[in-house]
Amino acid sequence: MAGITLDSVRKSFGKNEVIHGIDIDIRDGEFIVIVGPSGCGKSTLLRMVAGLETVTSGDITIGDRRVNDLEPMDRDIAMVFQNYALYPHMSVFQNMAYGLKIAGTPKVEIERRVADTAKLLQLEDFLERRPRQLSGGQRQRVAMGRAIVRQPSVFLFDEPLSNLDAKLRVQMRLEIKALQQKLGVTSLYVTHDQVEAMTLAERMIVMNDGVAEQIGEPRDVYAKPATNFVAGFIGSPPMNFFGPSALKGYTGDSGGTLGVRPEHLTLCDETRGRLSGVAKYTEVLGAETLVHLVMNNGESLTIRQDGDSPAPDPGDNCFADFESSNLNVFDSQGRRVT
Amino acid sequence: MSGMVEKRGQGYWLTHVTLITGVLIIFFPIYLAFVASTVTQPEIVKPPMPLLPGDHFLENYREALVSGINAPVWRMLLNSTLMALGIALGKIIISLLSAFAIVYFRFPAKQFFFWLIFLTLMLPVEVRIVPTYEVVANFGMLNSYSGLILPLIASATATFLFRQFFLTVPDELAEAARVDGAKSMRFFIDILLPMSRTNIAALFVILFIYGWNQYLWPLLVTTDPQMNTIVMGIKQMFPSGDDIANWPVIMATAMLAMLPPITVVLFMQKLFIKGLIETEK
Repeated sequence: MAGITLDSVRKSFGKNEVIHGIDIDIRDGEFIVIVGPSGCGKSTLLRMVAGLETVTSGDITIGDRRVNDLEPMDRDIAMVFQNYALYPHMSVFQNMAYGLKIAGTPKVEIERRVADTAKLLQLEDFLERRPRQLSGGQRQRVAMGRAIVRQPSVFLFDEPLSNLDAKLRVQMRLEIKALQQKLGVTSLYVTHDQVEAMTLAERMIVMNDGVAEQIGEPRDVYAKPATNFVAGFIGSPPMNFFGPSALKGYTGDSGGTLGVRPEHLTLCDETRGRLSGVAKYTEVLGAETLVHLVMNNGESLTIRQDGDSPAPDPGDNCFADFESSNLNVFDSQGRRVT
Repeated sequence: MSGMVEKRGQGYWLTHVTLITGVLIIFFPIYLAFVASTVTQPEIVKPPMPLLPGDHFLENYREALVSGINAPVWRMLLNSTLMALGIALGKIIISLLSAFAIVYFRFPAKQFFFWLIFLTLMLPVEVRIVPTYEVVANFGMLNSYSGLILPLIASATATFLFRQFFLTVPDELAEAARVDGAKSMRFFIDILLPMSRTNIAALFVILFIYGWNQYLWPLLVTTDPQMNTIVMGIKQMFPSGDDIANWPVIMATAMLAMLPPITVVLFMQKLFIKGLIETEK
């Protein structure tokens, strides 16, 4: 059991700096999700914590040890890889036992721990099978089992669910969450999927271009995005952005960008509507309907409304409004003003 | 295999007839050699050649094995087996290790060394035979197993093959092993080696037969008949000048010379097919 501290951690490949200084204090037992688009450096950051990449500058501390120069095996971590990285020629049992075997754990102890972990993950019937005889979800469980048997103080997950189909992903997401709560092990989880980030994280780090744009609890990140990147990345469909001139009666700074989430917009009549546009198409999702408008200045606007509310036909002139407290204002650098 | 659908039509019979004809054509000379190894010398030289096995099988094979012509065949078989095994195993071990170094380690001039190894592909034994002979002679390795084996033991082809295979092994596997605490040699032995076993088996068959079939090199470095290998030994049995060739014994030797490679192929074939079914990565 240990917390993790990153202190202005930077990483360069040659002259090219890919991580521009990340600071975070992770509490013992906390579930942290690092989320961002591909190429933002999130996997590199995780691999630096794991010890698979060197740290160019800054300090990484696990528990009270500075681990910058320690081999992965000495950092008391376990990692779950995107492609599971199971040893193909070993049985499930051997896969889970390999790390313990290298560490010189007594055989009886290995068998007990693997049996316990297999029970926890419902893998008891598969211990003698080879990875290729397992389904994707089972392989995922074995990969997690391999991490759990070692009883590390930190779990590192590198996009562990991205190879599963959508339904299984939702199921495994819940299992991971439940497991982590049960075991109480500090976890660092990398994903590009903002739904995974929102559902799993106690706190999330939204990364873009090697910078942590925002660190916070999912609810806060969603409600009060620190930058317009975060606002656009978290939430699906993303927040609507428009210039101040598109909003009727807006008197604030004219240099920045305004944003409103689709679910905060409602269609209304011309007198009340501060935003207007032409309906382009509607997406009926059942429980909700997405109405896409194109505003007069060419920017698009998405409105999320109940599935049973009346939807406009394509080509109709529409008007929309929102509660003023739901307006997000960003300055010309993209930083949140209010 | 279940799920495989066989269509039995004209094509089925046609392919079988073609294949059987092909086998017969290829097999016929071998059959003739076998017949020749079971009859007496006068029976062979008197036309027409006999087409049915005679009754001197035991006698001819015993003569070949025990006394031979220059050296007993058992001795030449032993020499050939040692050489072929030495070459095959040596090549596999060396190329596995060098491919491992090239793929998994970063060291100065790595690409240069890889291309240096690759370059030797273009220099077969025949091209470098004179300098190689000089070196082996200076080391005093003529007429010895090390002289037979060592000059042929490095293999660019095998190194290249293993390199290509190692490149297909996902990096994550090496990283997982690292997180599990495996040091590089441990990773090599516990993970890479078992994963390459089908490649190793395939290469062993090819390299064993390559070693077994060596002709020019053993001819150069062995002058003592006790060190002759069987493939060159057969040629040495041919009489020079007006001597009469003892064809039954020569043919018996030829038949014996075929047995070890056949055994290797038959035995390894099982591993081969097993490996092909178990595609795991």
